Amino acid sequence: MKSLQGYWKSAPGTQPNHLHPPYVSSIKRAPKYPPIPIPVTLSEITGPSFPKNIVSPNAFDLTRQHTAKPLGERIVVSGRVTDEDGRPIRHTLVEIWQANAAGRYLHKNDQHDAPLDPNFTGEGRLFTDEDGRYRFITVRPGAYPWKNHYNAWRPQHIHFSLFGPAFATRLVTQMYFPGDPLLEFDPIFQSVLDESARRRLISSFDWLGTEPDLALGFRFDIVLRGRSAMPMEP
Amino acid sequence: MPAHSTPSQTVGPFFSIGFDWMIRRDVAEGSPGERVTIHGRMLDGNGQPIPDAVLEIWQADAEGRYHHPEHADSQRETTPFFGFGRVPTDEHGQFSFTTIKPGPVPGPDGKPQAPHLQISIFMRGLLRQLVTRVYFPDDPRNDSDMVLQLVPQSRRATLIARQSTPTENTLEWNVCLQGTDETVFFDC
Repeated sequence: MKSLQGYWKSAPGTQPNHLHPPYVSSIKRAPKYPPIPIPVTLSEITGPSFPKNIVSPNAFDLTRQHTAKPLGERIVVSGRVTDEDGRPIRHTLVEIWQANAAGRYLHKNDQHDAPLDPNFTGEGRLFTDEDGRYRFITVRPGAYPWKNHYNAWRPQHIHFSLFGPAFATRLVTQMYFPGDPLLEFDPIFQSVLDESARRRLISSFDWLGTEPDLALGFRFDIVLRGRSAMPMEP
Repeated sequence: MPAHSTPSQTVGPFFSIGFDWMIRRDVAEGSPGERVTIHGRMLDGNGQPIPDAVLEIWQADAEGRYHHPEHADSQRETTPFFGFGRVPTDEHGQFSFTTIKPGPVPGPDGKPQAPHLQISIFMRGLLRQLVTRVYFPDDPRNDSDMVLQLVPQSRRATLIARQSTPTENTLEWNVCLQGTDETVFFDC
């Protein structure tokens, strides 16, 4: 059997290190040994492919999961998922979760003194289309305080989870909003040392995605790992 | 490579809002094979249990076939979720899932790999996922496995589940993020 095509290695600084001491939780949770490089095998280039019927066709709209509408600024978040070679990632599962407009998560461990919204759960999911495109409707999440350091606040963000075609393309990330003054102070966002890579986590205002009389649009394109042209040596 | 991959960010403390709908503790539902339960604990650098982690599992079937188009000849009858599992840790840092022992899958050098599970680990404090493997105890194929051979002998045991009492089909596999028993993680 021939060597399999490996994945592109990320350029230095474009992915966070496991240990980033300003993010205090990483100190006792980042492994001390560097990860051991291995050649890709069938185990890495395969991955789960889920049937479309596991997701309700309405699960893309986080504003219509309850009897009434949630409070807050309604937004459309859309974009395209491709790999590093620019190929669309078709029919892949995208999961999102987020705080409500007041900056509160519907989670027992979130003790932030801000109101829950009975009309907002904060979870959504969908499959990308034939061209790798996706579109969610939600409300703009609030910023919220956390205990990482004195007067620490997370910038507004939406969590994204994507599978892509393989075990090795799995990605969990966060989408931020343009112009958020908290980004400068956020150790999670700043854990990506390369500035242009960091900027790729910030969505852009999307005039074309903005719906008249309904919602502002934000665009967030996502790039998953692609396989390099050079086969890896075993 | 015209574009760089999007940077990873932590799942944070509240991922259950987005992940719980697809918790799957039976990785091989409805598939023939030797049933096995794997359980263990997730420990941080202080040896404290981690109550807010989630593991994802990916594996081949009992004949060593991934149910995926990259694995040729996988036109077999397949249940939709076959081979995928997602299990959170509990308040004691414990996790458990049931599956079948996979068959050996081909390695890049033409030799079969020893039966193994692919594992991704996510949690607050991890800015990107950790990737590791679980191998099975007393399997003679472990000695010639290409990936295990890349791991220093002294650390290989962290990748091999242990027979656990009381029942034969129960294995224990713990994850230590730091310390003398730090689990081996991979970069692929």
